[in-house]
Amino acid sequence: MFAYIVRRMFQSVIVLLVVGLVAFSMFRFVGDPIDNMLGQERTQADIDRLRTELGLDQPFPVQYFKFLQGAVQGNFGVSYRQGRPVSTIIAERAPATLELAFVSGFLAITVGIALGVFTAIRRQGVAANIIMTVSLIGVSLPTFLIGILLIYIFSVELDLLPSFGRGETVMIGGWSTGFLTASGLKALILPAITLGLYQMTLIMRLVRSEMLEVMRADYVRFARARGLSDRVINFRHALKNTLVPVITITGLQLGSIIAFAIITETVFQWPGVGLLFINAIQFVDIPVMAAYLMLISVMFVTINLIVDLLYYAIDPRLRVDARAT
Amino acid sequence: MSLLTINDLTVEFPTRRQLFTAVDHVDLSVEPGEIHGLVGESGAGKSTIGAAIMGLLDRPGRIASGIIKLSGDQISGLDAEAMRGLRGKKISMIFQDPLTSLNPLFTVREQLVETIQAHLGGSDAEANKRARDLIDRVGIPDPDTRLDQYPHQFSGGMRQRVVIALALCTEPDVIIADEPTTALDVSVQAQILGLIKELAQERQVGVILITHDMGVIADTTDKVTVMYAGKVVESGPTAQVMGQPRHEYTKSLIAAVPRPTLKLHRFPQISYGGRETRFAIEDMARHWPKVNNDTSKPVFEIRNLTKKFLQRRGLLPWDRTYFTAVDDVSFDIRAGEVFGVVGESGSGKSTVARMIAGLYPVDGGTITFDGQVVSDLTNKAALDAYRRNIQMIFQDPYSSLNPRMRVDDIVAEPIRHHRLMDGVDIKRRVDELLDQVGLGHEAGLKYPHEFSGGQRQRISIARALATQPRFLICDEPTSALDVSIQAQILNILKDLQEHLGLTLLFISHDLPVVRQMCDRVAVMKQGKVVELQETNDLFANPQTDYASELLRLMPKLDDLSTDGLEAEA
Repeated sequence: MFAYIVRRMFQSVIVLLVVGLVAFSMFRFVGDPIDNMLGQERTQADIDRLRTELGLDQPFPVQYFKFLQGAVQGNFGVSYRQGRPVSTIIAERAPATLELAFVSGFLAITVGIALGVFTAIRRQGVAANIIMTVSLIGVSLPTFLIGILLIYIFSVELDLLPSFGRGETVMIGGWSTGFLTASGLKALILPAITLGLYQMTLIMRLVRSEMLEVMRADYVRFARARGLSDRVINFRHALKNTLVPVITITGLQLGSIIAFAIITETVFQWPGVGLLFINAIQFVDIPVMAAYLMLISVMFVTINLIVDLLYYAIDPRLRVDARAT
Repeated sequence: MSLLTINDLTVEFPTRRQLFTAVDHVDLSVEPGEIHGLVGESGAGKSTIGAAIMGLLDRPGRIASGIIKLSGDQISGLDAEAMRGLRGKKISMIFQDPLTSLNPLFTVREQLVETIQAHLGGSDAEANKRARDLIDRVGIPDPDTRLDQYPHQFSGGMRQRVVIALALCTEPDVIIADEPTTALDVSVQAQILGLIKELAQERQVGVILITHDMGVIADTTDKVTVMYAGKVVESGPTAQVMGQPRHEYTKSLIAAVPRPTLKLHRFPQISYGGRETRFAIEDMARHWPKVNNDTSKPVFEIRNLTKKFLQRRGLLPWDRTYFTAVDDVSFDIRAGEVFGVVGESGSGKSTVARMIAGLYPVDGGTITFDGQVVSDLTNKAALDAYRRNIQMIFQDPYSSLNPRMRVDDIVAEPIRHHRLMDGVDIKRRVDELLDQVGLGHEAGLKYPHEFSGGQRQRISIARALATQPRFLICDEPTSALDVSIQAQILNILKDLQEHLGLTLLFISHDLPVVRQMCDRVAVMKQGKVVELQETNDLFANPQTDYASELLRLMPKLDDLSTDGLEAEA
C-alpha cells in the first residue's frame, strides 16, 4: 500500500513537471507583458531594463527552471499587474473558489446519486421519466447560459437572490468564508447550481445506468430469493456496487468543477481564482497564470489519488491483492 | 401430506407479437427429505417453475393458472410483502454460479447475519453464533477466519457452500437448487451434491434440483420430472425413469448422454421434435485441399513448455513472484488424431492451448509445428502463415462472437485478414461455409444474438474453417451447451477430423465426452501432465492415483437405459 502511494506520488511529480513545461512554452504566444506594464512614453532602454529585471530575456528553459526553483520553495514570483506576491493573491482568492466548488460538488453528488437511484428503481414511473427528460437540459445547455437564465429569473424578475459577488464574508484565520452570513449563503445558491448542474445530471445518469446493470446481477436476485427487503437490496447491496465506477467519473468531474469555475465566476463576478486567471490572461500576467495552472493540476492529481484510494476502501478484491503485494 | 404441491401450473410471458407459454399445465409434488429432479434442455421451462414458486418471475411473466401449495397453504397469488416473508424463511434458492451469486463487497459474515436477522430478528451475538454454526455445518474449515473473508477469497466450491449456508439460514422447508453444480469441477460437484443430499436427509428439507445433467439426476435424486417445451413428459422415481424410460423424448435424452463405459462411433442425437440440422461434410470435403497426413511424424512436438504469470508486481525483479500455470509440459500430437487434454479448472489446460495458438508468449520450452519451431516466431509473415493453419473454437459461444458484426463478416474476417481471396470469392466461400455447417447462407445477414447457443457454435466452426486450417484447437467447445446440441457439435468435429483430415486438440473437463472424442488423452494437474495414454487404456487402466480419482468421481450412469445404443465394434 505504502509503496503504491509512493509510486503514485512519483508519477504525480512527473505530471506536474509536464504541465508546467507545456504552460511555459505557451506563455510565449499569449503576448508581451512589457506592452501592458509600461505606458505610452516608454523608451527602448526602459523596455530592455524591465525585460532583464523580469528575466524575460533569458531562454525559456532557463525561465522554466527558475520558476521551478521558486515554486518548490513556495515562491511563485510577483504579479506583473498587482505588484504583490502571487502566493498571497491566490491565498486571498482561493477560499471563494473552494467554497463554491465544495457546495456545488456536494449538491451534484448528493442530488445526483439520490435521483439516479430513484430513476433506476422507478424505471417505469412517470416522475422518473420526467426527471430523465429534464436532465437532458442539464447535459445539453452550456454553463454560461444556465447562469444567465438563473440570474434573469431569480435576480431580475423575482429579485430573490443576488446576481453577483459573494455577499458579506467573515475572516477566520486568513480564510474568508461566506458560510456564516445570510447574504453570503444567499449569494452562493445561484453560482453553485450553475456550476454543479452539469455534473449533477451526469452523475445521475451514470448512477442510473450502473444501478440498472447491478439490479440484474445474480447476487441481487439471490438477495431477493433470501427474502431481504427492497430497502436493504437497493441501498445496501446494489448501491455499494454501483459506486465503484461512479467514483471514477465523479472524481474527474470534481476536478473539472474547480477548473471550470472560471466560466461561472465570470458570469457571477465571483471573486475567486478563476476570475483572477481570466484577468491575468488579459494582462499577460505570467506568474499568476503559471501558479494557477500548477494549482489546478495539483488538485487534479490529488483528487485522482484520493479516488484510487477510495477504490481500496470500497472494493475488498483490490484490498486483498494490495495486501499481498 | 406433501410438503410442496404444484397443481396445473401455467406460466405465460406475453410479448408484443404472441403469448409465450413457458410452463404448460405442470403438476409436481415434493415430500420432506426428498430430492426431486427437474430435467430438460434449456428453454424447457424448468427454471421458470423455480421462479414461479419463489414469486420471482421476471416481468412480464405471470402465473396464468394453477395453484402452488406449501404444507397445505396456498402460496401462489400472495401479495409481495407476504411472499417476501416466505422467501428465505420457508423456501430458499441456490443459484447456478457461485462466482456471481454472492455480493463481492460484503464479507460472508455480513451477508449471513443480515439474512438471519431479516427473518429471525434476534441480537447480533445470536445471529453471529448461528452464522458460525452454519458455516461449520456446510463443511468450510476454520469458520472463525473464513467468516470475515470476502467471497473472492473462496474457491468456487467453497462459495457454493457459502450459498448453501445462506439458503439454510432460517431452516427453510423447501430448497430450490437451480443448476447448483454446473459451474463446478467434477470433484467439487460430487462434494456439493453429497452435502445437499445429507442436508435434505438431516433436516427433512424438500429439494427441487433443476439441472440439464442426467448424470447428476441419476446420482442424486429420488424422483425425477422430465420436461420438454414447458410440458412434463414423464415423471416418477429416478431409477424407473432412467432405467425404463417410457416417453420417446426421455429415451433420446438418455441416449444422448455420453457414456464413460461405452465407446460409440458417433454421438447419438436427440431425434425427438425433428430438429436435426444437416451438416454437409461431403460437400465440404470436395472443396478441401488434400491433406497428406503422414502419421509417422507428429504435427506438433511440444517440449518442456512453461508459462509463468506475474502474481505479485514489484519494482525490483526480486520483489516479483510468479505463478507457474504450465510447468515443463511435453507431448506430441500426431497428424489426424484427436488429442485430448483433461484436468480440473486451474490445471493449465487452456493455457497450453493458448500458447500453441500463439496467444500467450512462451516462457520456456519449444513448440514445433511440422518440423518448424514456432514458439519463437517474431516475423509477422511467418507467424501469419502458421496461424492460418491453426484455428480455435472457444468455450462460450455468447462472448466469442462480436455482437456488433454481421455473421457473414465474422466468417469472412479470417479470410480477409490472411488475404486469401477477394470480393466475390469471399462472399461465395462464406455462403458455402454457412450452408455446410447447416445454417444456410441467409444466416449471413443476421447478427449473432439472433442465434441459439448451438447455432452460434456452428458459426464459430464456420469461422474456424474459413482459412482451411489443418489444426483445430477446441477449448471446452460444448460445456455451455445442452446434451442434444452437444451431440450435434461433437459429431461435426468428428466429421471434420475423419473427412477433412484435420488434427484436433480437444480440451475438456468432461471425461465421458473425452472418452468418445479422443484418441489419446493427457491428464493435467497443477500445470503438469501427470498421465498420457491411449483413451481406452486410460479409462480401463489409469496409471496414476489422480487419474483414477477423476474417473471415480465421474457420475455413474450404469442404471441408465441403453436402448438404441450400439457399442462400436
